[in-house]
Amino acid sequence: MYDFHDLYEPNSVQEALQYKKQYPQALFLAGGSDIFIKLREGKLSGCDLISIFALDELRGICMEDDGSILIRPLTSFTEVAMHPLIKKHIPVLGEAVEQIGGPQIRNIGTIGGNICNGVTSADSASTLKAYDAVLELTSLEGIRILPYAAFNISPGKVDLRPQELLTGIRIPKASWEHTYGHYIKYAMRKAMDIATLGCSVNVRLAQDKQHVDRLRIAFGVAAPIPVRAVSVESKASGMKVDEQLISFVSKNVLEDVMPRSSWRASKEFRLHLIQEMTRRALIAAIEKAGGKLNGN
Amino acid sequence: MATKTVTCTVNGKERSYEIDVRSSLSDMLRGNAGLQSIKHGCDVGECGACTVLINGQPFNSCIYLAVWAQGKEILTLEGLSDPKGAISDIQQAFIDEGAVQCGFCTPGFIMSSIPIIESETPMDRSEIKRQISGNLCRCTGYEKIVDAIEKTQKKRIEERKQHTAN
Repeated sequence: MYDFHDLYEPNSVQEALQYKKQYPQALFLAGGSDIFIKLREGKLSGCDLISIFALDELRGICMEDDGSILIRPLTSFTEVAMHPLIKKHIPVLGEAVEQIGGPQIRNIGTIGGNICNGVTSADSASTLKAYDAVLELTSLEGIRILPYAAFNISPGKVDLRPQELLTGIRIPKASWEHTYGHYIKYAMRKAMDIATLGCSVNVRLAQDKQHVDRLRIAFGVAAPIPVRAVSVESKASGMKVDEQLISFVSKNVLEDVMPRSSWRASKEFRLHLIQEMTRRALIAAIEKAGGKLNGN
Repeated sequence: MATKTVTCTVNGKERSYEIDVRSSLSDMLRGNAGLQSIKHGCDVGECGACTVLINGQPFNSCIYLAVWAQGKEILTLEGLSDPKGAISDIQQAFIDEGAVQCGFCTPGFIMSSIPIIESETPMDRSEIKRQISGNLCRCTGYEKIVDAIEKTQKKRIEERKQHTAN
């Protein structure tokens, strides 16, 4: 038995928002793989829950008329990883969420829950940041569109207004087209572990395949919130694809991060990981994009 | 406390249970349905001892709200036996390979192995390990569990081949 108080079960997003207005203290419950654990730990004892889990309108992935890929927030990690649109256009997102927990957790955990939690270690967060995802936040007043880049405020705190619900995650066409990504998760175990560091890199090469047209790098656990390496990204734009690029990016990426020591790893080790993982992920992304390093 | 009637298919039969809305699926299956193969291990989705299949996929029933089971198809270890009560090939393989010691984790492991042995694409040992990575065993060291799953997977593939040949 879970130690919550009231359970509200809306039949539509509209109804869910009305419950939230009526019971502002109640929490939205998606897959529950965080809320139920906090309940078991006594951290949410007596809370009220609005279960949105049964709202199938919030599930699924589709391509919109303008080529944006729309991921509904209740889509499970397994569904994200298996979906043909993701496999075809943003395979790195599927590869990233395949590294979460184990099969049971990936079946229940939702991509919306993963980012609304606001933790820096969320495995989907760095790839969604690196692809400039755009969030659709719905309230009774209407829809607010917010770049995911502006969503995380501080650890565990996101820019979700009291009566808002995340109803969509969009990857614009310009963001995924001709773009190839690679994600590396560093953790002590291969499964059922939280990232010590996560690194998601994607690259769009110029037509000659020898120059960087656009580079994007995002990290989990390299700062209190998931972050992008914006300064090194802009410096790398236009650079020639060679060993110098790799060492330039992996060295200068340190300007964009501020990891801390925690029981999982020291700050120094994380700084080392950031450089090494950037190097490896960048090489992999370039290779996927058809680029060649040193003519190999 | 609020109660609710949940109707779902459990091991092939439609059932209705009157439950407290705060129940987990593991509470409902153990308490209301009397299916004691579901173990309350960690209760936080880490050990997999409470694994059941919901619409064919493995879930930790300890972190699944019982009311969510409405209209779903649930399969537990008890549902693997044939109508006469004879155990299934995967259960027999766990016995034959010595994949059971204390036995507490066994029902969860067997439920996690169902999608593997029913899969059309054969999985190698490393993929089998990935598929059972949400289940913990403190006795066997896993190798014998992987042996049992691998053996049953091969047997099922062979059976499907013969079935198509006939």
